[in-house]
Amino acid sequence: MSVEIELAGEGGGLATEEMVLNMGPQHPSTHGVLRFIVTADGEVMRRAVPDIGYLHRSIEKIAEKVGWHGFMPYTDRVDYVAAMTANQGWAMCAERLGGIEVPKRGEYCRVIAAELGRACSHLLGFGAMGMDIGAITPFTHALREREMINDLLEELCGARLTFNYLRIGGVAWDLPPGYEEKVLRFLDRFELAVDEMGELLSDNRIWVERLAGVAPVPPAMAMAYGLAGPNLRASGVNYDCRKAHPYSVYNDFEFDVPVGTGEKGELGDCYDRYICRLREIRQSSRIVRQAIEKIPDGPVIAKVPRNFKPRAGDCHVVLESARGEMDWYCASDGTEYPYRVHIKTGSFTAMSIMEALSPGLMIADLVAVIASFDIVAPEVDR
Amino acid sequence: MQGFIDSLLATTTTGLSRELAYLGGMIGFGALVVFGFILPMAGITSWLERRVWAKIQSRVGPNRVGPGGFLQWLADGLKNLLKEDVIPEAADPTLFRLAPYIVVAGFVAAFVAIPFAGSLIIADLNIGILYISAVTSLVVVGILMAGWSSNNRWSMLGGIRSASQIISYEIPAGLSVFPVVLLSGTLSMQGIIENQGWAPVDWHMFHSPFTLAAFLMSYIALLAEGNRTPFDLPEAESELVAGFATEYSGMRSLLFFLAEWGNLYVIGAIMATLFMGGWQVPAFTDNVVLLTVAQFGMFFAKTYFWVFVAMWIRATLPRVRVDQLMSLCWKYMVPIAMVNMFGTALVMVVIPEGSRLMSYALCGLMLFGLVRFGRRVNYHLKRSRRYDTVGAIMPV
Repeated sequence: MSVEIELAGEGGGLATEEMVLNMGPQHPSTHGVLRFIVTADGEVMRRAVPDIGYLHRSIEKIAEKVGWHGFMPYTDRVDYVAAMTANQGWAMCAERLGGIEVPKRGEYCRVIAAELGRACSHLLGFGAMGMDIGAITPFTHALREREMINDLLEELCGARLTFNYLRIGGVAWDLPPGYEEKVLRFLDRFELAVDEMGELLSDNRIWVERLAGVAPVPPAMAMAYGLAGPNLRASGVNYDCRKAHPYSVYNDFEFDVPVGTGEKGELGDCYDRYICRLREIRQSSRIVRQAIEKIPDGPVIAKVPRNFKPRAGDCHVVLESARGEMDWYCASDGTEYPYRVHIKTGSFTAMSIMEALSPGLMIADLVAVIASFDIVAPEVDR
Repeated sequence: MQGFIDSLLATTTTGLSRELAYLGGMIGFGALVVFGFILPMAGITSWLERRVWAKIQSRVGPNRVGPGGFLQWLADGLKNLLKEDVIPEAADPTLFRLAPYIVVAGFVAAFVAIPFAGSLIIADLNIGILYISAVTSLVVVGILMAGWSSNNRWSMLGGIRSASQIISYEIPAGLSVFPVVLLSGTLSMQGIIENQGWAPVDWHMFHSPFTLAAFLMSYIALLAEGNRTPFDLPEAESELVAGFATEYSGMRSLLFFLAEWGNLYVIGAIMATLFMGGWQVPAFTDNVVLLTVAQFGMFFAKTYFWVFVAMWIRATLPRVRVDQLMSLCWKYMVPIAMVNMFGTALVMVVIPEGSRLMSYALCGLMLFGLVRFGRRVNYHLKRSRRYDTVGAIMPV
């Protein structure tokens, strides 16, 4: 929603002065250390220029120094809210270059871990968004469910934040005994809880007023700015890497891709982004159910030499992380260290659209927009 | 209060001058009210709010200090007293130091005219409700002062938001008082309460549909004046860091929160007084002490009901945006409050004695609404319990 105001000097209105506000890097709603230089006329923004780089940890450069296996734990930190998918991106790069075939059971374990991780990430996004708009209760409800997913993932890999379960060639360990039943029992409860969490907010009048019609991104603009994942799909573009070019074993599963329809306001507004993300949680749980049902027996990891040296050459791997399409580009010169690694992430492109969206919004809207794009600071900078 | 001192002077034969006795009595009683009632009450409200939220948010809340964490407020107060009081270098030190006191003075002064029971009131001013709405506006001066003197843009935005919000919502809040004043013919808090009865049908709230609407308007406007969710924009922590209190630390920061929690009680007391019969209880005994205790309990219960509702709202609703806040006030609440005022006057002209039938009908309507609401809450509670029984949480 844009607000019309009289410009200073023109039309004899009240002369106003622009004010530069420094939003971040330490600001409660910038989800980590992001910074926006906001030029505002009172409450109305003229523009908000994102300033990134506060969480840059040279992850791509580290890859060149620590070798193929050694880089795996670092990939958790690319996006520490949904670490499993980043693990998977690196594993897929190495496997493609090294010509390694991942055992079927390993792929299924990967899908279970990745989809639980996606649900985990979307739950945090949902809760944090509620918090940013001022509703404090959904956050604790979302975190309650997220804790249970964390329990499940902890059983897989021992970590509760920087999950590191995947290895080149498969996964580190097989599922613990009785894990399948535990997951199914959790999902029975989880699906009801997610529905209820949606009821807390989705039809709340104030919530809809705050989000519907705010900062709509038309499909063409979304594609032009390279938005990815739920942010792109909220604009009505039906593009999900799991469907568009299936990797791993995603071909084996039936699931829908929630697409924004502008149901409460305009197409691609904050509400669409919110509701797409919420609906994706349900789809993730659907995939996990099918994976548990179909999981074959067998080894979970292929034989990979300790001194792993893939062929010289490069590869480009695309996968769907919680924040959208994650592109991994990796060049190898045939040694035990990668020559160059590059990662393109969803949050980064979402940051780039901020400046174009911001004029005319209120300061309070900027908070809603950041939250609706589900920007995670480490993923922006890497 | 004056009567009490008069009777005291009559029984004793000290040579004290009357004015000096009044002054001493007022200061003594005022100190008793401030330190014995207002400050602990604000503190306990903070504990209660955190416990209520915790219940709503499926967590435990403060439970370490004292039984059920009851003494948490004392621990917090003590901790904040011992904290360093940082004053930013670029701030205006005088105004910066002064601001929290003005905010606290604004809300404490309101207690002068707030009744606790039939005979318990510091001063039954004949302009009671007008006085309360006037002194509570002092809070805005303090907030604006805090926002401006901090020399921080977030603080300033918070201060200005607060000023525009409180000033705007004074109008519907004031207009919602008028129907009550018309009905009771007085501005005195005790007079307004005495004009009502203990039974809900005798409450101002159920006099006519207009007063019922005024009652709802009044609560919304008072929430906005008290900077409570969904109108807590001045201290919107996700937008303005901490709003006007961003640069404050230690006890000064706590004083703002003290005023906020204390204000909750004032909101509840105003609602109870104007619309819900205040301390009115059935005359069940001749014992003055017993009656006063019962009246105090009744008033306290009614007040805390509204305090609880405010906490409930805060845990449930998101925050509105500035332009939505203003349009709600000027486009909807002010016209509706205006209609309420004239409507009540019209009803008083057409049916000067008031209609018992209408009161009973409105009472029934409210009861019906409450029952519907209760059933809905019950339904949702049952549904949410459903998934507690479905999947057990796995031990780690």
